[in-house]
This record gives sequence, C-alpha cells and structure tokens, in this order.
Amino acid sequence: MSSAADTHEHNPHLAHHFETIEQQEEAQSMGMWLFLAQEFMFFGGLFCAYAVWRFTYHDAWFEGSSHLSTFWGGLNTIVLLLSSYTMAMGVYYCQIGDTKRLTNRLIMTLGLGIVFVAVKLQFEWFPKFHDGVVPGQWWGPAGHYADMAAFPEQGHLQLFYFLYYVMTGMHAFHMLIGFGILIPLIVMSAMGKFGPQRFMAILNFGLYWHFVDIVWVFLFPMFYLVT
Amino acid sequence: MANATTTDHIDIPERDYAAPAVHYLNWQYTASSWLLTLDHKRIAILYLITISIFFMVGGLFATIFRMELLTPEGDLLNADTYNKMFTLHGVVMIFFFLIPSIPAVLGNFLLPLMIGAKDVAFPRLNLFSWYILIIGGTMAVTLTVTGGLDTGWTFYSPLSTHFANTNVFLAALTVFVTGFSSILTGLNFLVTIHKMRAPGLTWFRLPLFIWAIYATSIIQILGTPVVAITILLAGIERVWGVGIFDPYLGGDPVLFQHMFWFYSHPAVYIMILPGMGAISEIIACFSRNRVFGYEFIAFSSVAIAIIGFLVWGHHMYVSGQSMYAGYVFSILTMIVAVPSAIKIFNWTATLYKGNVVWATPMLYAIGFIGLFAIGGATGLFLGILGLDVPLHDTYFVVAHFHYVMVGGMVMAYLAGLHFWWPKMTGKMYPQLPAQVCAVVIFVGFNLTFFPQFLAGWMGMPRRYHSYHPDFQIWNVLSTAGAGVLGVGFTVPVFYFLWSLFYGKTAGSNPWGARGLEWEQCTSPPDPHNFHHTPVVDHIAYPYTGEETLSV
Ligand SMILES: [Cu+2]
Repeated sequence: MSSAADTHEHNPHLAHHFETIEQQEEAQSMGMWLFLAQEFMFFGGLFCAYAVWRFTYHDAWFEGSSHLSTFWGGLNTIVLLLSSYTMAMGVYYCQIGDTKRLTNRLIMTLGLGIVFVAVKLQFEWFPKFHDGVVPGQWWGPAGHYADMAAFPEQGHLQLFYFLYYVMTGMHAFHMLIGFGILIPLIVMSAMGKFGPQRFMAILNFGLYWHFVDIVWVFLFPMFYLVT
Repeated sequence: MANATTTDHIDIPERDYAAPAVHYLNWQYTASSWLLTLDHKRIAILYLITISIFFMVGGLFATIFRMELLTPEGDLLNADTYNKMFTLHGVVMIFFFLIPSIPAVLGNFLLPLMIGAKDVAFPRLNLFSWYILIIGGTMAVTLTVTGGLDTGWTFYSPLSTHFANTNVFLAALTVFVTGFSSILTGLNFLVTIHKMRAPGLTWFRLPLFIWAIYATSIIQILGTPVVAITILLAGIERVWGVGIFDPYLGGDPVLFQHMFWFYSHPAVYIMILPGMGAISEIIACFSRNRVFGYEFIAFSSVAIAIIGFLVWGHHMYVSGQSMYAGYVFSILTMIVAVPSAIKIFNWTATLYKGNVVWATPMLYAIGFIGLFAIGGATGLFLGILGLDVPLHDTYFVVAHFHYVMVGGMVMAYLAGLHFWWPKMTGKMYPQLPAQVCAVVIFVGFNLTFFPQFLAGWMGMPRRYHSYHPDFQIWNVLSTAGAGVLGVGFTVPVFYFLWSLFYGKTAGSNPWGARGLEWEQCTSPPDPHNFHHTPVVDHIAYPYTGEETLSV
C-alpha cells in the first residue's frame, strides 16, 4: 500500500483521511443521501399528522383549502420547478467545466427561490395574517376570509391552517437554509473553485434543492387542491 | 460461514510494551487543539467528559427522589418538585447520557481504529455534532434553573400541552436540537463503515461492535427526526393553542403517543445495541475464543433495528388504540425478542469451551448478560397484552427498563470503558479495586431495582411522591441499593484519574486481544491512527487460546 503522504500530492482537494478521490466523492454522495433519508422521516412525521386529520375532518379541509389561492400556489409551483431546472443545468455545466454558466445558473436558482418565498409571504401569508386567519387565540377570519367564520367547526378549520403554516413554513425554512448555502457557492463558483475535478458540493446541493422541490410538489395538492 | 482453517496460520504479533513518544493526547496541548479538533479520538474524549458530567447530574436528581421515597408520606419534596426530579432524571439520562454513551464515546474512538481508517468520513460534522450536544446541554441547564419540567420524559399530551406549568416549549426545543447531534453522528458512522474500511476488511470480517454501531446508526437516522418533529409540534401547539394532540382543543393525544413511540421504542435499541456490540468484543477476548455464531450476532443487530420499528404500540395497550392493533403489536414484540435471545445464547456458547479470564471488563460483561436477560425477559411480560394491563404504569415497568438501560447499557458502557481505557490513555488502572467495584455495582444495582419488581408486581404505581405504607420496605431497600450503586459509580472516577498519573504503562495490547485497534495501533494511538494503512486477510477474533495477559 502506498502511504498517505504520496497520494496527497496528486490532488489538493483530497482530504487527508481519504485514500482516493473516488472514495471521498462516494462518501460525500452517500452522506447526502442519508441526510435526505433523515429529511424524509422528518417531513414524514408531519405528513402522518396531516393524513390523520385530513381523513377525520374532511369538511374542514375542504373549506380551508377553498380559501387558498390556486393561482399563487400554482405560480409558485412553476417557479420552484424552474429553479430545479436551473439547478440541474448548473450541475451539468459544472461537470463539463463551464464555470461561467455554472455561476449564472446558481444565481438564477437563488433568484427563483427568492421569488418563491416573496410570493408566499406577500400574497399568501401576510394577507391571511391581516384578515385574522391565524390559528389559536388570534383566530377570527374577516375581510376576504369572512365567510369562513360561518363554518360550524372553527377548531377543525384552525387545525387545517395550523398544519398549513407549519408544513409550508418548514418547507420555506428549508429554502432559507438553501439560500444560506447557495450564496457562498455562488461566490466560490465566481472565484472559479468548481469544475469537473471538484463538483461534489454543487451535486450535493442540487440533491438537497430537488428534495425541497419535491416536498413542495406534495404540499401543493395536499393543501391547495383538496376536493 | 467463515471457515476455521483461515485462523491456522495467524501468528500472534509482537507485543509492544512501551508507550509511544508522540500520540494523539500529547502532540498538541492548546485549548483550541481540543475544542477545534477534528480528530475522532479527541472528540471521543470531549464526549466522555461531557456525558460523565450529565451522568452525575442525572444521578443527583435520582438521589434526591430516592431520598423522598424512603418514607410513604411526601415529606421531603412536594408533588411538583418530585415530578420535576424524575422528569429531569429521565430527560438527562436518556438524551444526554444513554443515547450518546457508547456510540459517541466508544464509537467515535474505536470505529476508525477498528476498520483501519484515519478518521470518520466527515470530521467537521463530527465536531459539529458535539457542539450541538453542548448547545442542547446548555438549554437543558437553562431549563433546569428556570423551573424545570414536570411532564415526564415522554411529554404526553394533554399533560404537556394543557396542564403543565413548566417551560415545555424550551424542553421540546432542547430535545429537538439534541436529536440532531445523534442523527449526524449516525450519518457519519454509516458512511464511514460503508466507504472507509481498510483493504481486505470485508463485511464478515468486521468486529461485531461495528455491526452493532451500524444497526444503531440506522435507527438514529430514521427514528430521531420523527420524534424531533413530534415534540416540536407539541411545543408549538402549546404556544400557539391549536389542537393536534391536545383533546381540549380537538386534538388526539393517542396520535402523539403513536408518533412519540415510533421513535422512542427504536430509541431503546439505540440505548442497548451498541452495548451488545461492546459485550461481543469483550466476551471474545476474555474467553480467548472466536465468537460463536458470528453471522447470527451480526444479523441479529440488523434484525433488531428493523423489527424494532414495528413494535411501538406495546407502550399503548391501555391508551385506547384498537384492540386488534394491540394483538399485532404484542406478537411483533415477541418476535423482536428473538434476535436479542440469539445474542445471549451465542455469548454463552462462546464462554463454553473458552478459557475464561476474569479481568475487570469481563466481570462487567458477565454482569451485563445476567441483568440484560432479566430486563429482556420482563420486557416480554410487559409485551403480553393481558399481563400489561395490570402492570402498566407500575414500578414493574420502572424496574424492567432500568434492568435494560442500567443493568444493560451502563454495565456495557463501563465494561467497554474498562476494556479500552488502556488503549485510550495508554495507562492501566489497578485491577483489584476495579474488580471489587464491578461487584459492588452489580450488588447495588440489584438491591436498587429488584425490590421495584416486587413493589410493582404488588401494584405500586410509578410517578407518585407518596405511597401506601405497605410498600415501604421495598422502597427502603431500593434507596439503600441506590446508595451502594452511587458509591460503585463514583469509585471508578478516582481510579481512572489516578491511573492517568500513576498507572503503569499499558503497552499496545495489555489484554492480548485481537483486532486492528490492539494489534496495529500504539496505546495511546498515533494522531493519524496507523503509520501504514492496514491490510486485513483474516476473520474477526482469530483467538488461539494462547494469548497472554500483561496486566
Ligand atoms: Cu418499546
């Protein structure tokens, strides 16, 4: 076996505790997939709670859902899917060594992500806060949501909105974490740090970003399209 | 099956009786070389110190409520304080001691050494996991000094969501944050075991400790996130006032119990599987014998991890869950006991035909087998649907899980610590006091918890600060045992510390043990573990019976 010292000189990106760059890449990739398995279980708990109440309080779910805007939700779904596309293209450009386009695609991904969160806050959450669609002690649908006040089971309706805020909020929180990782990646990419020899960070971030998108693909019909 | 002929040509390597001049403990001395270290061995030491402190804190809470239970009247503590004491005892011992104990201390130290790697796959993540535990620990301390928690470690709704007057939200956040330390450690270990094994170290040549850590890590990754989100939901619900779990607001407390036990039953295996791994190593070494049925022990760990996810409903027989679900959970609970039993039979078979050496770690290991057998078998009593109804929420349950958690895991942890201490520090502790202490702990443990089986069988309910005078004798015995146990747990601190300064040099392999960490590493190991990446060409535990002890 060659000792660690001479393998190091071949590749500056190889951390000291790995023998080969392939081993390092495989480890990083497996680490990311396991992290996503963890994320799956994390959201799984929420989906389980959702499922129980969705089938128990079907009427409230229908009532609550009919007051969510399919337009803004649908638009955001398209925005997010587009950002997944730009991210996937980023990974591709990284692997073929086109750093300029990589930086470009990362910025587009970040931009689309910001649009998503901005639309969610400005056109979905804030108007609801304003009209008293806040579960708990401040509950009191008014204005645009006034007819919801006539629904007989207000508690069930609050539960719908509670899960709506918690689940889409947890999703949005994951997007914010994504921004926090994307920004340094953009800076590093602009400095030319990535390329065909060094793409694991981009690839792994891509996996994370797609996972967050997929969660939304489930959340959208679960909340906006209940019939 | 691995064939026995491969062991024939293996020679016992040259023994090294001196300590190396440079090793992982002395090559750097600054505080930052410890607090910012990426070395898995130093991180293991950080965990060791941290969880030892938490063990003392958790033990202190237990001491206080055992004093209260000396008399049937609630005279030392009022009911509220008593509730806080047992809750904090549970939270600290489970989340800050048992779960990190063997995986984070011994696992961190040994995993790369046993598989011939220079470090775990993600050293920075490893350090980060320790810092998460420290953040969680700081939150736990804040919780304790700002009024504690009185919901029991289980956070059952509606107690936690409606009635509790303590800071449940902070407690929920504490468990949430601490959980990620466990998740990330498990992730790190899984990748390390898959991708970093030395050349020739195939799956069926791995030490059984590695198999156990592997199974544990699966549970940590798949189970912990569920309890994290569940407890967070309960916490948010309390602040927000909307009912998911709280029946006063239209929620369903049984849903909470399902989601909570989905993790918390597998978590029981996070707290015992790594112990079983350590015991396999120790039994093999001090029987001078290859572990009987290696494959069975290896696969039983994985089987426990998988079936363990399907039995959570046995905590809920009296919760109002469907009776038919109860039947299924009861049958599955019988099934999950099979792999544990396989391990016990195989250890026993290893001892038979072995040349048993009664060194300190072996005393703990033998104690483990006996106590875990009792803990496991009484678990079956409780898993039986009909029998659980009268025994539910009695001291029988308390005694059962302490036989598994303390009689099992704490004994295994101490066994492991005594076994690998010379490897970790390069020093040998004095044998006689350590052996006496092992016996004291065994006696003290049984005196503490066996009376609780009897009191529970007679119907004494758990979680009350006062009780019927008829139960006093059992409680006095139990408190007396706790005193003995307290002494037994304290003495090792002194002789371990003593050994650091005055203990004799251990040499690379004082026990005559087999395995990469003993045969290819110095004691204490080199900062980079191995001078050359080891190549493995033989099965695990190739003991010949001729190994000698140099203690
Ligand atoms: Cu259980």
